[in-house]
Formats: sequence, C-alpha cells, structure tokens
Amino acid sequence: MSALLLELNEGLAIAWRAIRANKIRAALTMLGIFIGVTAVVLMSTAIKGIDNSLQNGVSALGSDVLYVDKWAWFSNDEWWRMRNRRNIDMEDYARFKELAKLPAAIAPVTNSVQTIKIADRKVENVFLNGSTSDYVKTTNFDFDLGRFYSEVESNGSRNVAVLGSEISTKLFPRGDALDKTIKIGPVNFKVVGVLTEQGSTLLGAFNPDNQVFVPIGTIFKNFTSRHFGTVTINVRAASPEMLEDTKAEAEGVMRKIRGLAHSEPNDFTINQQEGLTDFLDSITIVIKIAGLFITGLSLFVGAIGIMNIMFVSVKERTREIGLRKAIGATRRTILAQFLLESSVICLIGGLIGLIAAVLLSLMLNQFFPTSIQYDVVIIAILISLLTGIVSGLAPAYTAAKMDPVDALRYE
Amino acid sequence: MNIINIEHIAKVYKVGSEEVHALRDVSLKINRNEYVAIMGPSGSGKSTLMNMLGCLDTPTSGIYDFKSVSVSEMTDNELARIRNKEIGFVFQTFNLLARSDAVHNVELPLIYAGVSTSERRERAKQALLDVGLGDRMHHKPNELSGGQRQRVAIARALVTNPAIILADEPTGNLDSKTGEEIMALFHEIHEKGNTIILVTHEEYIAEHALRIIRLKDGLIEKDEVVEKRYIPKSKASFV
Repeated sequence: MSALLLELNEGLAIAWRAIRANKIRAALTMLGIFIGVTAVVLMSTAIKGIDNSLQNGVSALGSDVLYVDKWAWFSNDEWWRMRNRRNIDMEDYARFKELAKLPAAIAPVTNSVQTIKIADRKVENVFLNGSTSDYVKTTNFDFDLGRFYSEVESNGSRNVAVLGSEISTKLFPRGDALDKTIKIGPVNFKVVGVLTEQGSTLLGAFNPDNQVFVPIGTIFKNFTSRHFGTVTINVRAASPEMLEDTKAEAEGVMRKIRGLAHSEPNDFTINQQEGLTDFLDSITIVIKIAGLFITGLSLFVGAIGIMNIMFVSVKERTREIGLRKAIGATRRTILAQFLLESSVICLIGGLIGLIAAVLLSLMLNQFFPTSIQYDVVIIAILISLLTGIVSGLAPAYTAAKMDPVDALRYE
Repeated sequence: MNIINIEHIAKVYKVGSEEVHALRDVSLKINRNEYVAIMGPSGSGKSTLMNMLGCLDTPTSGIYDFKSVSVSEMTDNELARIRNKEIGFVFQTFNLLARSDAVHNVELPLIYAGVSTSERRERAKQALLDVGLGDRMHHKPNELSGGQRQRVAIARALVTNPAIILADEPTGNLDSKTGEEIMALFHEIHEKGNTIILVTHEEYIAEHALRIIRLKDGLIEKDEVVEKRYIPKSKASFV
C-alpha cells in the first residue's frame, strides 16, 4: 500500500517534471483540452439555463390547470377543421361552471392586444388578459404590490388592471405603479396590483410578466364584442392527482353543453401544460444533442492532441523507460507513470477551462439564461480525468510493454 | 556459495525468418565476492549473456539459478523485482535522469522497492558519500563531469545492496585517467565484499578482475584466473 503511494507520488513528480521540461508543448496540448472543457461546460450550463427557464415559465402556468379551448395547442388536425368549430362563449362558461363539480377554480379568459400609455411612456402590443376574479386561483401568482381585482370589480366590469412585472417596470421604473391611472387603448384603468416576476423570458408574450390582467367585461365593453371570438375556460384541479378525473369530467360536461351525440367528435380541445412541456422538450432535446455533440467533438480533438503528444513523449524517453525497467520498474509502474502524466495535463487544462467557462457563463448570463451548477464542476473534472486516461492509455501501454534491453539500446 | 549458476543455456533470436544463435551452450558459476570480467568481440554473445545475467532477458533453453532460484521461469514482474533487489546496473552511457539531481537519481531503485522517503534519502546520500560525491548531491547530470556521472550511476547500483554489480563497459565513455579512477572505485567496492561482473572488450580493463571469461561465437572460449592482476595505484581517493 505504501509502495503504491510512493509510486503515485513519484509518478506525479515525474509527470510534473516532464510537463515543466516541455512547457510550450504541454501548454499547447492543454489548450486543446481547455477549449474542449470550456465548450462542454458552457454548453451544459446553457442547456441547464434553458431548461430552468422553460421549467419556470411552464410551471408558472400551473401543472394542474386544464384549458378548455376551441383550438388545440398541439395537434395534427388541419387548422380549418378547428376553425369551423363553434366558439366557446360566456354562456358555455356559465353552464360549465354550473355543471362541473370537481374543479378548485374555473375562469373564462379572453385576450386582446393593446397599447398602454401613461403621461410620457408607452408600451405597444401588450397582451391583455381578460377574466374573472377566480382567474388568480387558477395560477400561482404572487404580488409585489396590491392585489388581484376583486369579485365585485370583476362582476361590475370596473376599469381596474393588474400589471405583469415587466410591464410595470417599463411604465413605472420607480415601482410606484399602485393606484396610478394607465390608458389601455383609449380607456383609463386604475392599477390595483403588480405581479412578482414569474421567470421565463423564453415564453415571450405568454409570459405573465409581459401581460396585463383586467376584468373580462371591460374587454367586451371596450375592445372585443362578446359575440365575436372565443373564450378559453381555465380549469384548475383540486390537486395534481385529481387532474385526470377533472379532465374526464370537463370533457363530459362540455359534450353535454354542446349536445354532442356519441358518434360525434369533440368540437373543443382540453389543453394542458403537459402538452406544452412535451412540445418544448422535443425542441430542447434537439438543441441538447446537437450542442453536446458539437462541443464533445472539440473535446475529442483535444484528446487526440494529448494522445499524439504522449506518443512523442514515450518515444523520446525510450531510454529512460529502459533504465527504469532495468532497475526494477514493473509494467504497471510505467503504465501508471504515463497515465498520470496525461491525466495531469488534462486536469490542468480542464481546470483552467472550467474557470474560463464559469466566467464566460456569468458574462453570457446578461443576455441568455445560463445556470452554473456545482455538479458541472465535478463533471468537468471527471471529463478531464477521463480524457487524460483514455488518450494516455495507448501511449502508456506502448511504454509499459517495451523490452528493457531494446529500450536501453535505443538511440 | 555461488550466486549465479548457469547450465547449458542457449539463446536464439528470430530475425525475420532466420534464427540467430546468440548463445549456444554456456555454463558457468559465479561465487560471492568474485570479480569477473566477460570479454569477447562483438557478436560473441557477450551482450546477450550480460542481459541474461542481469535478468533483463530469459534463456531459450538451459538452467539459470540466481541464489538457487530459477530465473528461467520467472514472470516479467518477478524479473523486475529481482533486478530491483539483487542487481546493480552500471552502463557505458550512465543512463541518469537528466532532469533529476544526483540524490534523486540514486534514490530511484529504492522508490521501486517501496522504501520510505526519509530512509531512501538517507541511503542515497550515504551511497553518494561512499563514491566520493558528498559535495555534489544536488547537482544535475549536466553539471557533473563524465567521471562524476558514472560515480552517481555506481552509487545508484550500490544503494540497494545488490547481490551483484553488473557493469557494461563502464569506462567506455571516459578518458583513460577518469576510467582508471572508476576502476579504482570498483576495486574498492570489491574489497568491501561485493560481487562484480564487468563486461568489456579492453584487455587492460579486464585485467582489473580476478577472473576472465572469454566468449566466442556463443560459446565460452576460455575461463581463466588472472595471473598478473592489475591493481589500481590511485586508491579511490576522490575526496
């Protein structure tokens, strides 16, 4: 055991001396590993970042919420088939609310895109969400300021608005939105609440941060006729376990409301977050595989560089290997010596690469979601070590199996 | 008591489709505290015999017992172990590690023997003192003269207290004066009770030994006691 430690110690010392003796060569070799590890780490933090961002965005929608809609979010059906479906209107919603017993909350939602103005600021193309006071119960919203609009305000179609955090920041950079009057289109609304930031920048207009929430009646009154367009019925299950039951009930209730015969297909769709997650996963998996493959390729090139230089190193030190064998080094010792050398080169390159990747991802974080995980540190170290061992194996084996007589005679 | 007992060994190399008989039928015994020179022209099997004696190679046929243990059937690892413990090599070209200082070069066999750091440092320093290099412990090979380098190599050979010292043309790369100093050192080492096997092609170097084995065409031509032994005048007074 102590002999093994001695050998390890000696092996490290030899490796260190060999690296120092050929500084430029070692540095160039390390560069390959450095670039490879930087690329892989950076890519994995970016992937983690995208994942987290989408995850946050999607979970802001609520995993236990169903969306009863005229349109299917993801469907292979021809779009005109869905276009020919009947609109879901407020009467449907009222009957649904009456008949469905399982949901924890039900809210109708309609949308409009409007420009919002205050005295000297303006935000164009804001996604306006019109619903009832129950809407907040179908979400996981928190509030930075104020509250959601009340049942009274909702039923009375009062001109009150709740701002998403980003809209609020744009209109009121000093964070004093509460009780201020804003102009949505031509109409004045009073701000009663501001949402806490929900997260994802990747969901764009669907991110609640970029939306404004008003009572549904104000939309029908000011922007879109209630007889024109369709509403979505947001249905929240009592618990995630109840989601399937709630979905089955919702389907039955809707078919009843629509008076559909057994043979007729649904003329509505019950969407859920799962569909969105699947869809996003199918996109990100392509990014992940492509990204890791390309960055992995650069690591592979680095590994070939190491292998090449290790072969040169073994060749150069043939006599040294012969001597070591003559005075008692076993095959295993020689093998370990060269594996250690390539591992040390890779480890140094990898550690520098890791530091560079962390710094770069902190910089990139300004423009793009990245996420540095502690496990990335461990993975980077393991990758460097593994690269060192794998690329050092063939040269080290060549050294180990040399015949001491021939090696000593080598010129 | 004999350390080395060789009976009818042969070594055959295959070069392409041709068989080369480097050693045909060699038998010899070497006892403790002998001082043997092996001589012969190139192609006589001298190097092959030396590799065999040094356990760097195993014979194709025949018996080789080292301290009554059969070497012929040893595995690579067992050979490495016996080289480490029982044999001290001295080469014509010194074969020192260029980037390591004298102490580290001498320590090397002890590392493979698994000797602790403090003990091997101690023993390496003592070995360097014994060869008269007490003031050159931390010099690297390129800071030493040829004779000093060879003395580092001899210290490295001595440090494990081996059963035999195997020197292959130890003066081949040295001028005659330095060569004489090295031979004086070998003389001193022999006086202390060590067993020395010297491979050389120079008569006057061989005459430092007590016995000369002459090889020719893979056979022992002559195995003789040196009558007029040459004893170095300059007692190894290096200090």
